[in-house]
Amino acid sequence: MSNAENSVSPEVAQQASDAKDRLNEHTLKTVHWHFSDETGSPFWLQKKSELNFDPLKDIKSFDDLKKFPHFEDEWLRGGPITRWVPKGHAGKPTYVFETGGTTGIPKSRMVIEDHWKDYELFSDTLPEKYFPKNSNWLMLGPSGPRRLRLAVEHLAQHRGGICFCIDLDPRWVVKLIKKGWMEHLEEYKKHCIDQAVTVLTAGHDIKCMFATPKLLESLGEALEEKGTSLPEVGITGIFSGGTEFTPQWTKFCVEELLGGSPEEGGVYMTPTYGNTLMGLACSKPVTAADGYKISYYAPQPRAVTEVVSFDDYDQVVGYGETGRVKLYTLTDEFFVPGFMERDEGEREAPFDTYPWDGVSGVRPFHELASATTVGVY
Amino acid sequence: MITLSPLRWGKPYESLDFTNVVHFDTGEPIAKIGNVGGGIVGRDMRQAHKARQALLQLSTDDLIEKCKTAAALFESGTLTVGDSQQTVDDFVHQQSASTGLPEHMCRSNMQKNSFVLSNMDQILDCLTRGLNLSILSRGYGEEGRGVTVSFQSQTPVLGAVLPNNSPGVHTLWLPAIPLQVGLALKPGSQEPWTPYRMVSAFIEAGVPSEAFGLYPGGHDAGGAIMTKTPRSMIFGSAQTVAQHEGNPRVQAHGPGFSKILIGDDVVDQWESFLDIMVESVLSNSGRSCINCSGIWASRHTREIAQAIAEKIGPVDVTPPSDPEAKLAAFTVPAMATGTHAMVQQDLAEAGVTDMTADFGEKLIERDHCAYLRPMVVHADSPDRQVASKEYMFPFVSVVECPEQEMLKRIGPTLVGTVLTKNQSLIESAGACVEIDRVNFGPIATNRLNWLQPHEGNIIDFLFRSRAYQIAEIA
Repeated sequence: MSNAENSVSPEVAQQASDAKDRLNEHTLKTVHWHFSDETGSPFWLQKKSELNFDPLKDIKSFDDLKKFPHFEDEWLRGGPITRWVPKGHAGKPTYVFETGGTTGIPKSRMVIEDHWKDYELFSDTLPEKYFPKNSNWLMLGPSGPRRLRLAVEHLAQHRGGICFCIDLDPRWVVKLIKKGWMEHLEEYKKHCIDQAVTVLTAGHDIKCMFATPKLLESLGEALEEKGTSLPEVGITGIFSGGTEFTPQWTKFCVEELLGGSPEEGGVYMTPTYGNTLMGLACSKPVTAADGYKISYYAPQPRAVTEVVSFDDYDQVVGYGETGRVKLYTLTDEFFVPGFMERDEGEREAPFDTYPWDGVSGVRPFHELASATTVGVY
Repeated sequence: MITLSPLRWGKPYESLDFTNVVHFDTGEPIAKIGNVGGGIVGRDMRQAHKARQALLQLSTDDLIEKCKTAAALFESGTLTVGDSQQTVDDFVHQQSASTGLPEHMCRSNMQKNSFVLSNMDQILDCLTRGLNLSILSRGYGEEGRGVTVSFQSQTPVLGAVLPNNSPGVHTLWLPAIPLQVGLALKPGSQEPWTPYRMVSAFIEAGVPSEAFGLYPGGHDAGGAIMTKTPRSMIFGSAQTVAQHEGNPRVQAHGPGFSKILIGDDVVDQWESFLDIMVESVLSNSGRSCINCSGIWASRHTREIAQAIAEKIGPVDVTPPSDPEAKLAAFTVPAMATGTHAMVQQDLAEAGVTDMTADFGEKLIERDHCAYLRPMVVHADSPDRQVASKEYMFPFVSVVECPEQEMLKRIGPTLVGTVLTKNQSLIESAGACVEIDRVNFGPIATNRLNWLQPHEGNIIDFLFRSRAYQIAEIA
């Protein structure tokens, strides 16, 4: 056990133990839902027959999920999408959200209400002072078949506001980068930012927004070129996300784009980490005193993140040590018993707000990093 | 371990994002560089006019004098670089350790940079064709023929995305300072040494620190420099050059495909040119765009290739501290293995012969780096693919080609040394637009006269000649 683990207070240790109990109970319930003939999805019921164990009998805790083979996101390519819909949810209005798809068949995840629930939980973490209820939002991110676009809109509505959106096709952005059409890329970025500036300066009383780091940077720059700024146009709360969300970028954003800490500049920015599979992990408050360190905590027990050894994906690394990020999704809509994310980072200790493991320093997994095209998010 | 921080118009910036610079052979970290992203670059570029304003406070004559002082400091002083004091020996060791260049080549590149700085008055005199430099400061003036001339600065700063492995190229951006144009540089991740030491020398010499921005970082930082500065230069591959072709804002420097062309009138005396051919291929470990990658002649090509092979084929890997070391390491081993594989493909074509085949294994792999030993290939026709190849190690194709076809077939040629007394060939080569720098006579391709423009005249790049009419208001 490392020093960091030893440094967890007895109170947090007890909270962590309670959280683990809840996770074990939730795991059991989720596995039973997905592998029971009455409620499970065609995909998992088919998979069950290929397993050398019986999930209904042999999965008794979260740790038992390691008996499953790793989830392969390639399974999500192509149809029929209905094979992922649990029978227990048959007939309910269903969304499909896609990732990738710049070339070839995108990966698809079906969703019923998970994106609403995830963002309602996230909503509870937003400070009212900077994300006031009933205020309007700007979604400065990808449009199209993306979970994020509808999730942010739901977040705004859940908090009593209305969400303004822009048109942004991330697949075209990736194509522009791959083609090396950097002038077109710049123009497309301007096109997106122009839409945002128009909405923000049109008297819609927008106070909160989602933006990817690159777009937030460009928006701040565009506003400054017009002689104004994010605080001046009325923005008080921003949430953002992506592996480009580094401590250095956060330092730049807070100190130079937002005019200082929330107390100084009047704008609160919170990093998030997530994807279509998992949902949304929240960040521990980020401060200059802590070197703008960003630590993410998954919305346990609905989702779990682990930091595992590069050599053994079933072995969690010690606190503060580096490993690859492994995701689990445990909702009644979707079951992911261990997916190897394309990111790496350091394992973080539980604390009172999130009494379970977190991950910090998230960055592209070094073995895949050179192949990753970072577009707008 | 030395820490190099970004410099934002003269002010060091404390980054939270560091990259280690490692020793090419041991993998041990020797420095760490603080990185910035494109946002910071973009933000600073909005203040770029202040860099030029600061330089305009000094006369060009004063700045030229400061260049001379900076040259001496760069070449022989102990300077503050990052958080450390750096002697000349420190610089040489550090540069050699991160780039894999032998130390004597680092010293030679250092001298080249210093030479350009210390002769800046003559260089600018030649590049401007004797223009009074105050005309560039003021924007217009009287040239002496009773005609007003105007040269308008097109940018307050010159941006540059600098290479990792070619410490010699820094001469290209040095004239910006005496031309009162600031610098926004993205240092190469393995070769931050020259830009950091050079900027330190300039500041120590009295050039206003507000004129300098150093922005280490990834593609994001480089991209921002390219898009946010009205004039920038980039160093990269043929693909990089193609990407920026026709863009008046960008001067792209890539492979040179430099060549030696031997006319029929002198080819029978080819042995007398052997030394300049060898030097053109082997100098600076064959890494430069000015190294010769093709020798073209109508006859004796096998003998020429054989003679060069016998001179450079035995060259082997020696420690970087060896004053006779000829080979630089590939700090990314995959680049060496990939290059080696491409050469093997070239050799598979009929009509292509490896003339260095008898001199042992070419690919030398180490734990953290790799080397490629010199190669000479013979191509029996310019139709062979290898005739238009350039690699980052001492590699030359000796191509058999009738004299009357040569100029039509050579393709882009940064430095073309033409060996002939035939006036007709001299005139044709002088008119051949494929050749940038042309040498007539036995001049090695790597021997540049810095009083001549290189890949475009920097004056034309940074300034625009335009009409400027004045009439008195009654």
